[in-house]
Amino acid sequence: MSIKMRAAAQDGVTTIKALISHPMETGTRKDKKTGEKIPAHFIQEVVCEHNGNTVMTAQWGPAISKNPYLSFRFTGGNAGDTVKLSWVDNKGNSDSSEASIN
Amino acid sequence: MTSMKRRTFLKGSVATGAVGMAISAGLLTPRMVLAAWPKAAFEATTVDDAINGLFGSSGLTGSEQIKIKAPDIAENGAVVPISVETDISGAESISVIAEKNAQPLAASFVLGAGTEGYVSTRIKMGKTASVIAVVKAGDKLYSTGKEVKVTIGGCGG
Repeated sequence: MSIKMRAAAQDGVTTIKALISHPMETGTRKDKKTGEKIPAHFIQEVVCEHNGNTVMTAQWGPAISKNPYLSFRFTGGNAGDTVKLSWVDNKGNSDSSEASIN
Repeated sequence: MTSMKRRTFLKGSVATGAVGMAISAGLLTPRMVLAAWPKAAFEATTVDDAINGLFGSSGLTGSEQIKIKAPDIAENGAVVPISVETDISGAESISVIAEKNAQPLAASFVLGAGTEGYVSTRIKMGKTASVIAVVKAGDKLYSTGKEVKVTIGGCGG
């Protein structure tokens, strides 16, 4: 699992683009060989922080596509600032990554 | 020399103190704590129940100040790119709903104080349906929808 994140500032607005590798299983899919349901496994919350302030809290259900993509914009970021993105899934797994604003 | 060090130390502690005060004054805390995941809303099987589960009300006002960017036809329902943009002032959150999914609520994005009214992501859609965007501003809910035709559904297996 990994997080790829880019943060770019232009005219005082920072654009975040993030790609998280995660299966995002809905819980309704069946294994084609065994016919058994594949248990739900999906990210429930993604939080992005800039200078200790939460700029985005995304709450997700299993209808977010596999290997989720997220992009949004906020004001107040400067080149060189650090932004941190972290996620938690329904099994309690989590990951986080930091990027500096370009 | 010792007094210089002492000065640096004091400066440092003052800075920490400012952050501490901000936290105790409630300026930072609400958004730093992970909000509870709205289970009932995500497990709801109708659009109304999902919106009710999120906001405690399902009274929507149609708005032309919300724009949904999504394909007219999605060949693969497993990956449907959706962008929502709004210039409603004081927008606090943007929620994305796929009307005919078994569980319609796909995502709810809670915006920070300086965050613009814009999110982009990719969702799964089981069949042709409206994608509904709900924007909360103050105690009002605004919404708009866009039909996305799905050729191959992306929820089952």
